[in-house]
Amino acid sequence: MFGKLTLQSLPFHEPFALGASIMMALAALIVIGLIFYFKRWTWLWKEWLTTVDHKKIGVMYIIVAIVMLLRGFADALLMRTQQAIAVGAHHGFLNAHHYAQIFSAHGVIMIFFVAMPFMFGLINIAVPLQIGARDVAFPYLNSLSLWLTVSGAMLVNISLVMGHFGEAGWVSYPPLSELTYSPGVGIDYYIWALQISGIGSLLSGINFFFTILRLRCPGMTLMKMPIFTWASWSSMILVILAFPILTVTLTLLFLDRYMGMHFFTAGAGGNQMMYVNLFWAWGHPEVYILILPAFGIFSEVVATFSQKRLFGYATMVWALLAITFLSFIVWLHHFYTMGASADVNAFFGITTMLIAVPTGVKIFNWLFTMYRGRIIYATPMLWMIAFLIIFTIGGMTGVILAIPAIDFQLHNSLFLIAHFHSTIIGGVLFGFFAGFYYWFPKVFGIKLNETLGRYAFFCWVIGFLLAFMPLYFLGMEGMTRRLNHYTNPAWQPYLIIAAAGALVIGLGIFFQIIQVLYSLIYYKQHQTHTPDPWNGRTLEWSTTSPPPFYNFAIIPTVSTRDPFWEMKHTLSSTAPHYEAIHIPKNTSIGFMVGICSLVFGFAMIWRISWLSIASFVVMLAFIIARAFVREREYTLSAEALARLEADSQKDRL
Amino acid sequence: MKTNPLMPSNDRININVAFGFWLYLMSDCILFAILFATFAVMHNRTFGGPGASDLATLPFVLVETLLLLTSSFTCGIAMLAKQHQRKNLLIVWLVITFILGLVFVGMELQEFIHLIHEGNSWQRSGFLSAFFTLVGTHGLHVVIGLVWIIVMIVQVCIYGIDRDVSTRLTCFALFWHFLDIVWIFLFTFVYLLGGL
Repeated sequence: MFGKLTLQSLPFHEPFALGASIMMALAALIVIGLIFYFKRWTWLWKEWLTTVDHKKIGVMYIIVAIVMLLRGFADALLMRTQQAIAVGAHHGFLNAHHYAQIFSAHGVIMIFFVAMPFMFGLINIAVPLQIGARDVAFPYLNSLSLWLTVSGAMLVNISLVMGHFGEAGWVSYPPLSELTYSPGVGIDYYIWALQISGIGSLLSGINFFFTILRLRCPGMTLMKMPIFTWASWSSMILVILAFPILTVTLTLLFLDRYMGMHFFTAGAGGNQMMYVNLFWAWGHPEVYILILPAFGIFSEVVATFSQKRLFGYATMVWALLAITFLSFIVWLHHFYTMGASADVNAFFGITTMLIAVPTGVKIFNWLFTMYRGRIIYATPMLWMIAFLIIFTIGGMTGVILAIPAIDFQLHNSLFLIAHFHSTIIGGVLFGFFAGFYYWFPKVFGIKLNETLGRYAFFCWVIGFLLAFMPLYFLGMEGMTRRLNHYTNPAWQPYLIIAAAGALVIGLGIFFQIIQVLYSLIYYKQHQTHTPDPWNGRTLEWSTTSPPPFYNFAIIPTVSTRDPFWEMKHTLSSTAPHYEAIHIPKNTSIGFMVGICSLVFGFAMIWRISWLSIASFVVMLAFIIARAFVREREYTLSAEALARLEADSQKDRL
Repeated sequence: MKTNPLMPSNDRININVAFGFWLYLMSDCILFAILFATFAVMHNRTFGGPGASDLATLPFVLVETLLLLTSSFTCGIAMLAKQHQRKNLLIVWLVITFILGLVFVGMELQEFIHLIHEGNSWQRSGFLSAFFTLVGTHGLHVVIGLVWIIVMIVQVCIYGIDRDVSTRLTCFALFWHFLDIVWIFLFTFVYLLGGL
């Protein structure tokens, strides 16, 4: 009746999991209680859960990312604490199994449920506004993507309460991840959480690729698009090309585990290295999927806060496209040690080093943009500067790792860990933070408190350097990754410094939470009263903050690269001429399909056949029902639009 | 948005939806490409079981191929009927397409059952896993197409051939022809090359 699910699956005998479950239940109860107290159920349903407005969907993506960041960071703290104490006779407080679960969950959460939703959130918020569009091309699909991502994130959280998570790392290499060696539900949680959210990402990729291709406002030719839009577009190309590979890889692993197939098994003709190849054929483009939008954000930020136009726009675009192409022919550098011939390794070593060239072009362009600019050190710009330094360190250690002969020494060592955290925290996360601070006033009409933002920034940067610089040295000393215990006491001081660094990062996160709460509570002091608080250059700053649900009353026409900058510096006073516009209606189907996918994933993990079939049929029914919804848009008449615009003008005065 | 004279007109169908769906098909194409690559890696990993040359019963597969190709043709005629707003004709051709697709799926299932009865299921070897997965994924797509035809017949009956229905039919036709192309590759790489 309930498959593998029994009372034993609940965490009564594991104090850590029990504590976390109770915390999660409490948080959920508090949120539900607050909604009841303020009678906000209808509001929640109408304004958020069923919305197809790209700005609100973006906000929800970012909320998911922040909640999951807390969870992923808690995992990081546990690992750092364990490694700081578990030397020699001391074995720390985590056994090997528990530790394996924590590092697996940490990686999965940070990549799939922090970086990805954060990226899609910022793209959702900024891209349609930057290209002068009223919404994305497929608003319903957008809501569906969001809820599939949420469903995947929920599955990872449920694994904390019921059963356990995978113990085979965030890559889940077979044969360890096969049924023989991982008979529990952990790997199944991994498969279904990634599969469901991965389909959401793929749909989002198609949606935004298409939106940017077809919905740009008149006059915005490709070479006049803002760089963030270009970067997002390159990233979406990678999503469309790479995510099907992940879908197939996970499906093959699923078939091995559920149907007894032999793709990756040890024996019966299985081939484990095929999994590793397929995984990284998706995985390497994936890191560029994440970093390209961050590059785009930095390009916007550096131009705005240097008060200059971006240096070398065309080379920026070509560098993006070169990276997009090259990112598909480097995947083998993740496993030089596989035993491919020297020629094969040399090929991938050279292509990997080649990627440093367009990336270097971008770094110099940012520097030249700052050169002789009048730099304003607002919080987004601070993250930009930290990025330039930390990401360059991460990039250069990457070039070191790209040399196969050196990689044989450093493979799977802490040097590698330090390298990719330098690029993913110093590049991706700092980029998304910069975007978060940069566009927050656009979405809420409130500037986040700068003083608290500075505290958070310095804690993050100092904490990062403390936490990861020692790992470079440990890696060169030969300490491998994923150790829950080690015998060399010489490593301990470094690991204690790293643990202290993690605590300082924790302080940074604490300041960020306080910053958002403080700015929202004392919103009067932080209101921007202008659509353009940063003296911006692109179209998103030309509409009100927060933007109306239709974004632009009149679709702008542009003729230059920094259209809003031009508009501000040339006077025009034509009376507005409004036309009726079509607005997509809200729909609950995206949310419902998301819930069904959650139930379906859960039932598949615990092998509850009847529930799997039932939830799948219901999900299919919802998708088909959408085809029978006839009036999917309503018309906002020209008069109504004029009235709304007049009201918002009055509010501003 | 500028109107491109080379593009079909936007009032009969929603071009954005059709183009967006085509993009989805391209990602589906990559999905199949990866399955083909997997098949190529696994094709010698028979583990003492049957190899590609033992599986192929070419006349049987030829009938399957002809069924699917014919169904693509009938689907094309259905689209012509759609363009001429001939509702009943459209339904007739959709039903014929459905039947051809259904027989195709039936034959494929029969082939699978036959293999399993001989003790050559997907659990036998890495090669058979890849074979069943590649052919089965295509078959699953055809099944989705069949469900789609039913939905479209219902929609044509209720709403007639309006812009919404017309757009979906166009997407369906793209999907159906795409499956045909995939099958051509399947036929060539799995059955013909295997039969050599």
